[in-house]
Amino acid sequence: MIDAIGRPQSVLVLGGSSEIAQAIVARLVPTRCRTVVLAGREGPRLSEAVDRAKASGADVAEAVAFDATEIADHLAFADRVFDRFGDFDLVIVAAGVVGDQPTDERDPVAAASVVTTNFTGLAAAMLAVAGRLRRQGHGRLIVLSSVAGERARKANFIYGSSKAGLDSFAQGLGDSLAGTGVGVMIVRPGFVIGRMTEGMAPAPFATSPDAVAGAVVHGIESGAGVVYAPPVLKWVFAVMRHLPQAVWRRMPG
Amino acid sequence: MTVPLGQRALLTGWGRTAPTAADVIHAIHPDIVGQAMASAAQPPHGGSRGIIARGLGRSYGDAAQNAGGAVLDATWLDAIHQVDLASGVIKVGAGVSLQTLMERLVPLGWFVPVTPGTRLVTVGGAIAADIHGKNHHVDGSFCTHVIEMTLVAPTGTATVSAKSDPDLFWATAGGMGLTGVITDATIQMIPVDTSYLLVDTERAPDLDSAMDKMLTGDDAYRYSVAWIDCQSTGRQLGRSVLTRGDHARLEDLPDRLRRSPDRARAFVPRTLARVPFTPPSGLLNPLTVGAFNEFWFRKAPRHQVAKPHHMTGFFHPLDGVGAWNRLYGSRGFLQYQFVVPNEGSETVRRVIERLTVLKLASFLAVLKRFGPGDPGPLSFPMPGWTLALDLPVGHEALAPLLDDLDEDVIAAGGRVYLAKDSRVSPAAFRSMYPRIDEWLAVRDRVDPDGVLRSDLGRRLGLCTDQPAPSTGLGRVGRSATGPGRTPSKRSPRTTSATRTSRPRGPATATPPSPERTAS
Repeated sequence: MIDAIGRPQSVLVLGGSSEIAQAIVARLVPTRCRTVVLAGREGPRLSEAVDRAKASGADVAEAVAFDATEIADHLAFADRVFDRFGDFDLVIVAAGVVGDQPTDERDPVAAASVVTTNFTGLAAAMLAVAGRLRRQGHGRLIVLSSVAGERARKANFIYGSSKAGLDSFAQGLGDSLAGTGVGVMIVRPGFVIGRMTEGMAPAPFATSPDAVAGAVVHGIESGAGVVYAPPVLKWVFAVMRHLPQAVWRRMPG
Repeated sequence: MTVPLGQRALLTGWGRTAPTAADVIHAIHPDIVGQAMASAAQPPHGGSRGIIARGLGRSYGDAAQNAGGAVLDATWLDAIHQVDLASGVIKVGAGVSLQTLMERLVPLGWFVPVTPGTRLVTVGGAIAADIHGKNHHVDGSFCTHVIEMTLVAPTGTATVSAKSDPDLFWATAGGMGLTGVITDATIQMIPVDTSYLLVDTERAPDLDSAMDKMLTGDDAYRYSVAWIDCQSTGRQLGRSVLTRGDHARLEDLPDRLRRSPDRARAFVPRTLARVPFTPPSGLLNPLTVGAFNEFWFRKAPRHQVAKPHHMTGFFHPLDGVGAWNRLYGSRGFLQYQFVVPNEGSETVRRVIERLTVLKLASFLAVLKRFGPGDPGPLSFPMPGWTLALDLPVGHEALAPLLDDLDEDVIAAGGRVYLAKDSRVSPAAFRSMYPRIDEWLAVRDRVDPDGVLRSDLGRRLGLCTDQPAPSTGLGRVGRSATGPGRTPSKRSPRTTSATRTSRPRGPATATPPSPERTAS
């Protein structure tokens, strides 16, 4: 159960090898979190993440197989993990791919795959998980969106629009869950220096997985609906959203 | 059998933190309790998540919540079954509030044996939390005065007394509702002549002098408490107002009351005002609370003897303001109440010191000496000092600090009060209540399948919703090392039922209203 101060005792991560999700787990385990279940594609990255959660002191740290694009399996997946591990206080939706915009623009199939993973697949997975959360009468869904979804930019509009869809879906889902004991929190990080952005030049207000995790944990404690990381991006994008299109179009790479 | 499921509603404790949704069932008759429990044990469809009773919702934390399961609104069990005016023995429904008992019986010369700082608690809740009052050092806690009760447990309904089944009786005293649903109780009331008390009030300039006065003087009073100003620091740390007294006889009262005994025995509770909405968090800040505490200290006479106070003002000053818990804003608040043995008085000082450093807006804290505890393994009181402070949620340093204070309390041999708790860890809880295994043995006897469940039970590791490990986990490989306690007796039907069911639709959800069942 999440306690009065907002500390969860169990967490399920969809996209368990995500650096941000791992940083969140690393902050939750030392407080109250005893059960960490990392769902993702099986491989060395996922097992390393499990080992780290174990090393940080979780009583139960396990990997389970999850593929965002296997949409037909999502309902059964949710039943499997909830039946096996019991309630989850927190479900972090952290799966996602960034794609390669220049290539993807010439390859509609690859572009669609980015959208399928980031939006279609996760939307279905969130519905499946939300069903179980609603039944247990409590819990939080933490959705890793991105400021890239605030307004699609020509340099990464495939990724950006997929995040816009996810973000919008999460917001509506959260509203539909009002009164059920289940809450949704949307996280909109800026440019996060890490594996996903390797080789890219950091954008202004670049941040780190750990800083995002700090903002997320604070958001869980305060019951926030939307969290920006770093927080200043809330105001930056309040302006960016309203820039004239002619100016926005000229935003650099 | 068709038992209508309750209405889905969001529930919180008095602290208005960590809301969860449950099906609230109105227990309009004791029969409903048994039927609802049978239904919770054998769900017609969907995974059962157990059942817990709820009274007036005055527990601060998650004791009367049951996420995804059933919550029995026991305030409907409000019948007064028997009253013996000669002996003061009464038999009442578990949903009767202490306020009702006072309204009806004080004019007839009988008062509740124990009252906490609010009279808006039910008899069932008073037993489940084994509540204490300002007279604990003389009269002990509530369950000491309970002659017998009717307890509906999943294995059956029984009349339980400390003689007939001491294990179950004392496991229920302070058992937070997890040994069954109490439907009625027989209580020994105490005789009173009037609805007034003769109260001595004095100020103590610091903590040492307050504790000293209580150690040397408490035995002369039936009721004793110190209100501590937690905003003052330095030499004034722990400055207090002590109020101590006993019930007044008619001849003790001033002429105007003595001449009309009806007025001298009247008990008419009034709500002076009601907090109409939830103001923004931060209304209570060090400035406003500091000013209030200064006023409270200054308004108390330096030393006043045998002044008549009405029961309502002496016992329940906050009940005059309806829904005062809203004052702490949307993020809510918690209460930290612990007890340490007499030797642990330094712990009391450290707790006050460390909390004052944070400059948290804490209203007056309450310091009190306990007498001997009762045999309940989960009953809170033990001989020593108890301190209770209200703390707003929101300060970043609060969570780690309270965990630190838990360690201090445990090292001193003390514990935290479950009726106030909303944040203790399972490990700290076990250290605080070392007789937990005795309690679990009784619980497993009367509830082998774990039908009685609450959010508090889940948080502290006393209850689990996890079905027994089963085969057929599909792609989820690896060996199952389930979290928490998994009673081996859990029947496998829970698994299959959960598997095939669909989540309940939002159609049954009602608008959130934390105080829904607080009638």
